[in-house]
Amino acid sequence: MEKFTPFEGIVAPLDRANVDTDLIIPKQFLKSIKRTGFGPNLFDELRYLDEGQPGQDCSNRPLNPDFVLNKPRYKGASVLLARRNFGCGSSREHAPWALTDFGFRTVLAPSFADIFFNNSFKNGLLPIVLSEEVIDQLFKETQAAEGYRLTVDLASQQIIKPDGSTIAFEVDPFRKHCLLEGLDDIGLTLQDADAIQEYEAKRRQTAPWLFDAIK
Amino acid sequence: MAGKTLYDKLWEAHVVKQREDGTALIYIDRQLLHEVTSPQAFEGLRLAGRKPWRLDANIATPDHNVPTTNRSGPIEDEVSRIQVQTLDDNCDEFGILEFKMNDARQGIVHVMGPEQGATLPGMTIVCGDSHTATHGAFGALAHGIGTSEVEHVLATQCLIQKKMKSMLIKVDGELGAGVTAKDVVLAIIAKIGTAGGTGYAIEFGGSVMQSLSMEGRMTVCNMAIEGGARAGMVAVDDKTIEYFKGRPFSPKGEQWEQAVEYWRTLHSDADAQFDAVVELDGSQIKPQVSWGTSPEMVVAIDEALPDPAAESDPVKAEGMRRAYEYMGLKPGITMGDVVPDRVFIGSCTNSRIEDLRAAAEVAKGRKVSAKVKQAMVVPGSGLVKQQAEAEGLDKIFMEAGFEWREPGCSMCLAMNADRLGDGEHCASTSNRNFEGRQGYGGRTHLVSPAMAAAAAVAGRFVDVRELN
Repeated sequence: MEKFTPFEGIVAPLDRANVDTDLIIPKQFLKSIKRTGFGPNLFDELRYLDEGQPGQDCSNRPLNPDFVLNKPRYKGASVLLARRNFGCGSSREHAPWALTDFGFRTVLAPSFADIFFNNSFKNGLLPIVLSEEVIDQLFKETQAAEGYRLTVDLASQQIIKPDGSTIAFEVDPFRKHCLLEGLDDIGLTLQDADAIQEYEAKRRQTAPWLFDAIK
Repeated sequence: MAGKTLYDKLWEAHVVKQREDGTALIYIDRQLLHEVTSPQAFEGLRLAGRKPWRLDANIATPDHNVPTTNRSGPIEDEVSRIQVQTLDDNCDEFGILEFKMNDARQGIVHVMGPEQGATLPGMTIVCGDSHTATHGAFGALAHGIGTSEVEHVLATQCLIQKKMKSMLIKVDGELGAGVTAKDVVLAIIAKIGTAGGTGYAIEFGGSVMQSLSMEGRMTVCNMAIEGGARAGMVAVDDKTIEYFKGRPFSPKGEQWEQAVEYWRTLHSDADAQFDAVVELDGSQIKPQVSWGTSPEMVVAIDEALPDPAAESDPVKAEGMRRAYEYMGLKPGITMGDVVPDRVFIGSCTNSRIEDLRAAAEVAKGRKVSAKVKQAMVVPGSGLVKQQAEAEGLDKIFMEAGFEWREPGCSMCLAMNADRLGDGEHCASTSNRNFEGRQGYGGRTHLVSPAMAAAAAVAGRFVDVRELN
């Protein structure tokens, strides 16, 4: 995973609550056995006027002109502004894969679904929880000013607005560390291989039925 | 000091290492694998030159993509075929036990696991699927994970986690006739909302939960995620223990006795404290039907659909308006005014033998209405299918005009050929009514198996208790 560095980006406002993972990336695209290439199908059913198929060239498909990401003013957006319970539904990691492949690096919302929130951190996508009031204000400012941009600095846990004012945000220290350093979780966990083996040896004594049943 | 919750007990039994930053390394006893969320995890292992930590902790079966019609030839859809083949190849290469498509034990992972005794009380169980909470019905800590974590568990047998908050949902009283586990969980989600359980591990308790069969408890835990909770669970009792007697991977002999002794400790202590408690009166729950595009948009069958104008929360009201537009429905009507174009009985929520029996009881001696284009029954596993056929349920369904299919996830998420057409309404025993979930433009109404069968024969949504 690449290190999460400070960045400034255009903000795209997606004004609906409970955006589920089926909406973020519909099921037909989950048939891919790769981690990449989901960007053109991000929000497929909202973004295009026809039904998308896996492997299809999306460049000639009819676009829904009313959908936020199709509006020229939000072209190149890397900050997604969203409403409560973003990412609810399935555990598909294809959702953060599609968002990052499209170019998003952060999603700002009043709340996120647990599995999506967790999956995002594993893929260099930073989900930031802000109060409903702050999110409301950001929606107003984004819609009022074309080319509205925000700077996101994870190290100082701050979002910097165009007028220079800042919004502080919370982030779990371990997840922050992993994102900033671009760390591989598995490598970190394997540093504790001895502890895992020790636990396992004890468990074999206390709960032997959990071992060797499936072969 | 207050006693421990079931969740506390399960958590504490699996902590490998508590870290100073508040996270813990949690040991995972069982991982279920399927074709959709595992290929990138296996590829990750290969790229890093890693091997699975413990082969016997994993079990696999293809379910999302498999056709439910004729399986004598290869899967017609090339992309689906490649994905299923990739699971076969990965399991063969790494040495993981897999029930392949034409094995009688193949099925939806959440049906297959308990059926085989591959998921047991007291285990930590994960799967790259949000409905993994199903297995919490047995007093296990079970939840869905993404593909990166599937790889993490394969490589380390652990997950890095923070303990969740605990919620007790207590359903007391007694359910009326014709009211099922599905109605209970839909009523719960209607009450707490689709994000009500976010950040929590939910324990379902109360006299209603105790009275439900293991399959009913699985239905309730299955939909914990629809209320926002990754994990749902129910305390172990005699029914739980009885369920695992003689299953292929259940402990045997002396180990069985040892396991049962431990399993009997898997309940919340009487003085345990929960971070949140929600109570429902089971006797007030009527058959439920979802009307909108979120599992919290649910009404009782005789209730008028809600008016967004009466909703004080503007974000919620806007969501309701959008849902009405997508569903082609209007506030004030009842679900009895709606005709299902298709009926789907199946999914990890409701495809077990008791579900099929309940639907067959309604279908018996009746005919699928001419207004319904298609009604299908998709058993949860090959073994459920065999059992249903031994009981003659297949004949009851087919005589009534239902299609009798091969096991898999099928129209719950329409990754195979089973799907809704644009604008079609479906009476579905599945778990999600999101836009496009069952097919592009499809309109899902979540119901119990008995209510789905009743809608099929009546040609509209009806109260199964009033079916003549």
